[in-house]
Amino acid sequence: MEESISSILEGHHHDPTRLMDILIDVQDETGFIGDQAVAQIADGVGLSVADVEQTRSFYHFFSKKPTGKYAIYLNTSVNACMMGHDAVARTFEVEAGIPCNSVTRDGLIGLFDTSCIGMSDQEPAAIINGKIFPNLTPFRVKELIRDIREGKSVDELVVEGYGDGQNSNSDIRAVVNNNIRKIGPVLNPNYKPGEVIRKKLPEMTPQQVIDEMKRSNIRGRGGAGFPTGMKWEICRQAESDEKYIICNADEGEPGTFKDRVILTERPKLLLEGMVVAAYATGAQKGILYIRHEYKYLKTYLEKLIEGAHKRNLMGRDIAGIKGFDFDVRIQFGAGSYVCGEESALIESAEGKRGEPRDKPPFPVEKGYLDKPTVVNNVETFCSAVKVLLYGAEWYRSFGTTDSTGTKVLSISGDCRYPGIYEVEWGFSVNDICGMAGAEDVMAVQVGGPSGSLVSPSDFDRVLCYADLSTGGSLIIFNHSRDLLQDVVLNFTSFFIEESCGSCSTCRIMPVILRDKLIKILNARGVKQDITDMLSWAEVLKASRCGLGQTAANPIITSIHNFRHLYDQKTRGEARYDTGFDLNKATQEAMMATGKFVMSE
Amino acid sequence: MEKLVVATASLAGCFGCHMSLLDIDERILDLVEIVDFHKSPINDIKEFTRDCDIGLIEGGCCLDENVHVLKEFRKHCRILVSLGECAIMGGLPAMRNGISVRECLEEAYLNGPSVRNANQAKILPNDEELPVLLNRVYPCHEVVKMDYFLPGCPPDADLIWNALTAILENREMHLPYELFKFD
Repeated sequence: MEESISSILEGHHHDPTRLMDILIDVQDETGFIGDQAVAQIADGVGLSVADVEQTRSFYHFFSKKPTGKYAIYLNTSVNACMMGHDAVARTFEVEAGIPCNSVTRDGLIGLFDTSCIGMSDQEPAAIINGKIFPNLTPFRVKELIRDIREGKSVDELVVEGYGDGQNSNSDIRAVVNNNIRKIGPVLNPNYKPGEVIRKKLPEMTPQQVIDEMKRSNIRGRGGAGFPTGMKWEICRQAESDEKYIICNADEGEPGTFKDRVILTERPKLLLEGMVVAAYATGAQKGILYIRHEYKYLKTYLEKLIEGAHKRNLMGRDIAGIKGFDFDVRIQFGAGSYVCGEESALIESAEGKRGEPRDKPPFPVEKGYLDKPTVVNNVETFCSAVKVLLYGAEWYRSFGTTDSTGTKVLSISGDCRYPGIYEVEWGFSVNDICGMAGAEDVMAVQVGGPSGSLVSPSDFDRVLCYADLSTGGSLIIFNHSRDLLQDVVLNFTSFFIEESCGSCSTCRIMPVILRDKLIKILNARGVKQDITDMLSWAEVLKASRCGLGQTAANPIITSIHNFRHLYDQKTRGEARYDTGFDLNKATQEAMMATGKFVMSE
Repeated sequence: MEKLVVATASLAGCFGCHMSLLDIDERILDLVEIVDFHKSPINDIKEFTRDCDIGLIEGGCCLDENVHVLKEFRKHCRILVSLGECAIMGGLPAMRNGISVRECLEEAYLNGPSVRNANQAKILPNDEELPVLLNRVYPCHEVVKMDYFLPGCPPDADLIWNALTAILENREMHLPYELFKFD
């Protein structure tokens, strides 16, 4: 093991800023990153053991103990639970003979929970040694465990046909499906890769590119909606010897999977967008930060980048423009939702814990390695290429005045056609339900857990930055769902799991809110609990990043829009109930002292 | 004016808050002009024989007995006040909350340096007369509704005096910052 770690360190030039890559490789190769490995890595890159340890301990897919020859990560997201996660999880446990989050005694199978893996339209899904296994059923789980016990390789475990589109590409070979249901101007396949770089860029100055972006009024597609042209301009004006372009493909918001589809089907468009941004800002290096769950796309994307170099769409003097050099490297995450926040993503790309930074300074002034950095969403880069190709006027003809262009939506949940829809801004929730074939809809979660749970009375509200802003995740729930138990509790637990722990507000308050919610679900709640939740949730706004600030949104928006569900579960008159149970509280001591024996 | 009736109790506390109550010094003479003390360790009245206006609770709940006493207070007192850090947060006793009850008992009766050879029969006290430990130390408001909270370890005598007179005179309490800053 020592030797293989040595060669991994060698491969990454003992560079401490590439600690993530080193840890990912060690985890992949040896199945865990023990204390000995941490010590060796620390020595190898010249960091303290504590520094390596804190990065290692931060990410879900790094493990201190062996994760088994076959490490199975089963998704626990809302969508997975709606589509039968519980039965699948139980079958895994029974067949493997171990409870979740443990490894069989022979070290063959490890079974673990994981947050949303970006397969919301084909749940329940699991990752086994990096390979995705969607649409699981108890029957399929039995097959999988049987085949694993028979010693089949992970590739041999796949018995389904490969998915649609590029999923069957020899560099991907995934069972995953794209499910593209509606194509708009950005996803439109009638596009010649490299056309903008070759034909448009040589005719334009960087400032002209930025001006075109500003005229198009395009805003960031990750959800926050910062004007892209302005971001590029600030970065252009920042004085520095080095600048960076980072693509944020760390979509971790439960219910989002559009970036996965774009990375599979339109990666050249994305890479071209990064090159355009580099030209506009004067950056020479780019990083494509992809969530760990999409690691199965690694070879495919690396080859595309290689191909772009060969065709002079990347590298030196791109498209014959003297002095225009740009290169992109891929950085994988290791399982952390908060890394979708741009400054946390930068920290992570530097090999550290993915904790958001204090702002200002913003990344455009001081970003990756403290250099001016543009961080944009996958979809933003793709849209930028189309803006240059067809012009700002064309782009502004889509959408609304304040929200121009289109949005790629990830639609999942209780509907006939879950998948990817590219629509113009300005569509109402009703339109979307109709499009996706959703009937008997009780609620729609717009914008994932950090967004809002919208009730039918608000279904005429429209998707745009001014009304219902969204990064593109829409989850539909019909009347068979218990919104509080199945949705709100799941989302709140998700935020607790994914908090980086830096701000005490986000570390503590969601737990308190969840306990209150559980108390209400257990029929111990009173009216006071509801008002407490609303007023206490305010505290979260003091958190440093969006994760903390929005962690109470599932609870707040469901109280506002589905108050009757809470009222049904709380007692009518405003009495006080602490939920204290003396029998439960004394049980442990009674057993310890032998006063009370648990009956079978 | 009819005198108000005050009851006090020390649950999982150190009696420091009661000491602080006595620290109102000669003002206690003014106090007894306007209040009567009922059930309290100060006068050793052990049972409630009437309803009271104010209950001052020191300490959180670490035993089932604390819970019973606290519930008795809730039943008999119109206004219940958490007095001091332990009643409000669990305080020092809550340091055991991260350790299992069994481990605590074993450390105290079997493995601790002072008992290691003394308890040959390895008995954990379990007489029926003994109160039972709770799985963790609970602040009072997690067991019953508390109306007011007076912070401090212990709360300053002036703070207690201010609170009592404010309740008696039915006015908002004067809470200068100096009274509850702790460093």
